[in-house]
Amino acid sequence: MVNTKVTLCGIEIDNPVIPASGAFGYGQEFNELYDINILGSFSFKGTTREARFGNPTPRIAETASGMLNCVGLQNPGVEHVINHELPELKKIFHKPVMANVSGFSVEDYAYTCALLDKEEQVGWLEVNISCPNVHGGGMSFGTDPKNAAAVTKAVKAVTRKPVIIKLTPNVTDITEIARAVESEGADGVSLINTLSGMRINLKNKKPILSITTGGLSGPCVFPVALRCVWQVYNAVKIPIVGMGGISTSEDVIEMMLAGATAIEVGAANLIDPFASKKIIEGLPEAMAKYGINNLSDIIGGAH
Amino acid sequence: MKNLVFEIISNRKIAKNTYEMVLCGDITDIKCGQFVNITVDGLYLRRPISVCDAEEGKLTLIYKVVGVGTEKMSKMEKGVQLDLLTGLGNGYDVSKAGDKPLLIGGGAGVPPMYKLCRELAAQGKKCSVILGFGSENEVFYEDEFKSLGADTYVTTVDGSYGVKGFVTDAMNMDYTYFYTCGPEPMLKAVYNKSVTSGQFSFEERMGCGFGACMGCSCKTKYGNKRICKDGPVLEKEEIIW
Ligand SMILES: Cc1cc2nc3c(=O)[nH]c(=O)nc-3n(C[C@H](O)[C@H](O)[C@H](O)COP(=O)(O)OP(=O)(O)OC[C@H]3O[C@@H](n4cnc5c(N)ncnc54)[C@H](O)[C@@H]3O)c2cc1C
Ligand SMILES: Cc1cc2nc3c(=O)[nH]c(=O)nc-3n(C[C@H](O)[C@H](O)[C@H](O)COP(=O)(O)O)c2cc1C
Ligand code: FES
Repeated sequence: MVNTKVTLCGIEIDNPVIPASGAFGYGQEFNELYDINILGSFSFKGTTREARFGNPTPRIAETASGMLNCVGLQNPGVEHVINHELPELKKIFHKPVMANVSGFSVEDYAYTCALLDKEEQVGWLEVNISCPNVHGGGMSFGTDPKNAAAVTKAVKAVTRKPVIIKLTPNVTDITEIARAVESEGADGVSLINTLSGMRINLKNKKPILSITTGGLSGPCVFPVALRCVWQVYNAVKIPIVGMGGISTSEDVIEMMLAGATAIEVGAANLIDPFASKKIIEGLPEAMAKYGINNLSDIIGGAH
Repeated sequence: MKNLVFEIISNRKIAKNTYEMVLCGDITDIKCGQFVNITVDGLYLRRPISVCDAEEGKLTLIYKVVGVGTEKMSKMEKGVQLDLLTGLGNGYDVSKAGDKPLLIGGGAGVPPMYKLCRELAAQGKKCSVILGFGSENEVFYEDEFKSLGADTYVTTVDGSYGVKGFVTDAMNMDYTYFYTCGPEPMLKAVYNKSVTSGQFSFEERMGCGFGACMGCSCKTKYGNKRICKDGPVLEKEEIIW
């Protein structure tokens, strides 16, 4: 029997597979298809202090082996999440959930995290300082080490839950940001968020996405994500949640060899609603194939 | 929603750039006004196409070739298997039709009217149908609607066939309720001209098609909705224009 358990910031999970924020809603749509308790955990949709509609449509574009989105953090606001989504989730999901949080000021982050800190269902706070879709907002925290550190410090002050800072790849040196958040006490980092990109519609000769640019994800970003995880593993001691383009059990192993303790699956869930289930079910066979007994043994194994 | 494999029975051109694909597979729980989301080999995102008909183990889709995915679909042959998500979206509410419903389809919005018309006709409703196209060579399914017993009118923008003009130029009959699907400017014109309540089917670029990504949201008078899950059918009263 192979062992797929890993421990992420002090919490043991049955397997390292965590559907990524924005690709799994608050879990309900997928629970209609399979028992989501098979997951290691999942990261719920990026939640902000106030409700947000997000950007106008079109919010989605396609590219070879991937997609772009500019949803713009549509969510019902933290109070609604606590009063409605979490109680609904409690009925179907009996494991710690990862609470993904976004904000537009340091105070926003602290306010939202303080509220979520009180929720026993929440295992980890995943603080997204990297959403590229919000003008004058999220991105500026994730691209400047000082701002990234300031958010980390403010969030750490209001919670005892593990804080995982989610990093953007849209920087010159991702290790600089990772070190900055580690120095303010981040318990882990997750990466990568989407890469900034765009498409143009040849028929009307205008950008396809409503706000011109969006975030690229899917298999096309996997090598970039792997490289980022590799670099960050060399730079910090805290655990890494690796993501970007993961769609098979083999991808999970590769990402863990680069240095990830756990992994997230985003876009793959959208094109195949059973993707996370298939990845989990395929792990024992893939592990056997590559002679792995304990998945946690291979973390950073390629270094 | 179900994730199923369907097999192509036939795939034929029925008008300019327009194809009818008939597939066999499990069609239980497929409602009129819903759509399927199709994996096309070599493309990352699925392609959403409305259910034109679902009867006796056969699913009929009608699609217009507008880009790389529909182009690939048009070349698919009998026997090819396709991965589909079925039963997507809310579908039309047939209980509101009244005795004399009016069905209005424009171009690629004509297909979902067919299963709807079949169901309403089976309930003994006297359906009127308006089918709008650009030109004569784009017209399809006029006879199919007539065989369902519907009073069928065709409009073409250039007047090469049927009534010259837009679908709204033919909206002069008595009706108790209406259902419509087509390009957004057409939907808006129908909204303005209509004298009863009705239901509109919308299109949006989709990431998932089953409510998970928030790629397809719109604002309504009853709050934010996802076209793929809470739609594609919206009621006249909730639409903000
Ligand atoms: C609920 C719904 C039902 C539909 N029903 C039908 C139908 O019955 N018959 C029909 O001919 N067409 C229908 N469409 C439109 C159809 O989905 C698009 O024409 C098709 O996706 C175009 O794909 P493509 O690869 O040929 O075009 P490309 O432009 O190459 O596609 C690129 C990307 O844009 C998306 N896209 C392009 N145009 C549209 C569009 N109008 N709506 C949504 N996504 C789009 C594609 O899905 C793809 O992700 C429907 C759309 C929706 C949302
Ligand atoms: C439609 C969509 C919405 C997303 N929304 C969020 C979000 O709200 N918060 C966040 O931290 N990341 C968000 N992401 C980023 C993903 O969580 C993930 O970091 C990224 O997509 C890379 O993984 P993938 O290639 O497996 O999709 C979103 C991604 C997609 C595709
Ligand atoms: S397309 Fe994903 S929510 Fe509608």
